[in-house]
Amino acid sequence: MAFQASTSSQSLYDRRRHVRVDAERARDVSSTDFPGYYPDEDHSWNLEKFKERFRVKVTRISNRSIEFDLVGVDASIANAFRRILIAEVPTVCIENVYVHNNTSVMVDEVFAHRLGMIPLNVDPALMDMRDSTGQATDRNTLVFRLNVTCTRNKSAPKDATDPAVLYHNAEVLSSHLKWEPAGEQESVFEGKPPAPTNPNIVLVKLRPGQEVDMEMHAVKGVGKDHAKFSPVATASYRTLPLIVLNPRKPVPPHLATKFQKCFLPGVIDVDPLTQKVCVNEENMRKETMSREVLRHPEFEGCVELKRVRDYFLFNIESEGAYAPEYLFPESIKVMRDKIATIRKAALALLSESQGGGGDVEMV
Amino acid sequence: MAESIPKIRILKGAAPDLSAATFQIHDESHTIGNALRWMVMKNPKVEFCGYSAPHPSEPHINVRIQMYDNLSSLDALIEALNNLDDLCATIDDAYTVSLRKDKYEIWEEKS
Repeated sequence: MAFQASTSSQSLYDRRRHVRVDAERARDVSSTDFPGYYPDEDHSWNLEKFKERFRVKVTRISNRSIEFDLVGVDASIANAFRRILIAEVPTVCIENVYVHNNTSVMVDEVFAHRLGMIPLNVDPALMDMRDSTGQATDRNTLVFRLNVTCTRNKSAPKDATDPAVLYHNAEVLSSHLKWEPAGEQESVFEGKPPAPTNPNIVLVKLRPGQEVDMEMHAVKGVGKDHAKFSPVATASYRTLPLIVLNPRKPVPPHLATKFQKCFLPGVIDVDPLTQKVCVNEENMRKETMSREVLRHPEFEGCVELKRVRDYFLFNIESEGAYAPEYLFPESIKVMRDKIATIRKAALALLSESQGGGGDVEMV
Repeated sequence: MAESIPKIRILKGAAPDLSAATFQIHDESHTIGNALRWMVMKNPKVEFCGYSAPHPSEPHINVRIQMYDNLSSLDALIEALNNLDDLCATIDDAYTVSLRKDKYEIWEEKS
C-alpha cells in the first residue's frame, strides 16, 4: 500500500522540506515555497499541484481521541485548525447558576464555577448562540436543576466509618443534574437527553443537614470566551521527525548499541550479525527528538536530525459532545465560515469602491 | 445595538488605486491572519504581505498588502480568500475519504 511506505518515500528527503535540528538550535525553520524565493521557479498557488502533494491519513482512533497525518500544508494552515479546535469550535456549557440554597462548605461562586466546567453531551448544532440581547429562549438555553440534601442513613451499621455508608447523598455528583425541558426541546433532544458526559464527577461533599438547591442555564459558546467551552482536552500537532544516517560515516559496530540507546526504543534497528545500524521507518515518527545522540562526540557526523516542515502529526482529544473524528471537520467548517464572512465584507468593499468611482472610504 | 463596526476597514494611508493598503479585519486573530498572509504571499503579483495583531485586547488584525504593477490589493485579498476556501474544502474531502477508506487502529480509551 502506498501509505505504508509513506515515511520512507523519497520525497521526504527533499532538503527544502527539512527543519534541521542541531544540539542547541533549529535551523531552516521558515518555509520557502513563495513566488520569487527561488529564481525561475513558480511557487504561486495552484490547487491541482497542491492536491498532488497533499495527503491526509487517519492513523489511530479511540472513543476519546484521534491521530492523523496532515501532509503538504503550510504550518500557518495547520496552526489555524489547531487554534480553531481549541478556541472557536462551539460547545454547550452551564453559564448561569441561580442559587436558591447552598449550605455546603463550598461558597456559591466557587460551586458555580465548578458547575460551568462540567462537559455536557449536547450536540451544539441543535442550539443557537445567544444573541446580543441575551434573551433566553428554548433554542439557546438549557435548564438544569440540582437539588440534593444530605441525610443520615438510619440503617447504617454501628461501626461504619465510610461517609458513603453513613449518609445519604454524601457526595453531589454530576449525575444529580436534572434537565428540565422547555418549549420544543423535548422533541429536539429526543433520544439523547442533555446530561453530563461523565456521571461520576464529584461536585461537592455534603454532611447531614447540608443542602444544595440550584437552577442552571447552559448556553452555546466558544473557547476564546471561556476555556470551559473548548471541545478538546488537547489539540496539538508535531512535525515528523526524520533521522538521516550518513552513508559515508557509518556508526562503528562496537558503538551500535550505544547509538541505539540515544533514541526512543524501536527507532533504531541494529543488525544482530553485522552490528549495522539502520532507522526503523515505521517507528521513526515516535522519536522524541531528545538530541541525545548529538551529545556524544564519537557520533559526530554519523547522523543528522531533522523534522519535515510540512508533515504534521495531529493528536486531538475530545472532551464533551463531539466524537473525536468529527472535531477536525468541525474546525474546517468554522474556518470556512470565517473566510466566507471576510470575503463578503471584502466584496462589499470592492463594489463600494467601484460604485463610488474609485473613491474608497478612508477611516 | 453596537453592530456598526465593519468587518473590514481600509486604514488611512492606502494608495488611491489600492495598490498598497492595510486592511483592518475586525474580530479575527492569528488564526486567520497567518493563514491569509500565507495565501496572499502565494500570489506572484504581491510585492509584500504581512499581518499583525496590534494589541491582545483589541479584537482585530491588520493585514498589509502591497502589489506590483499597480494592481489592486483588494482583488488579491479576495482571490486569496477564495483560494483559502478551496484549500479548506480539499482538506475536508481528503479527511473524509481517509476516515472512510483507510485502515487505522481503533482502540478503547478509559476515561
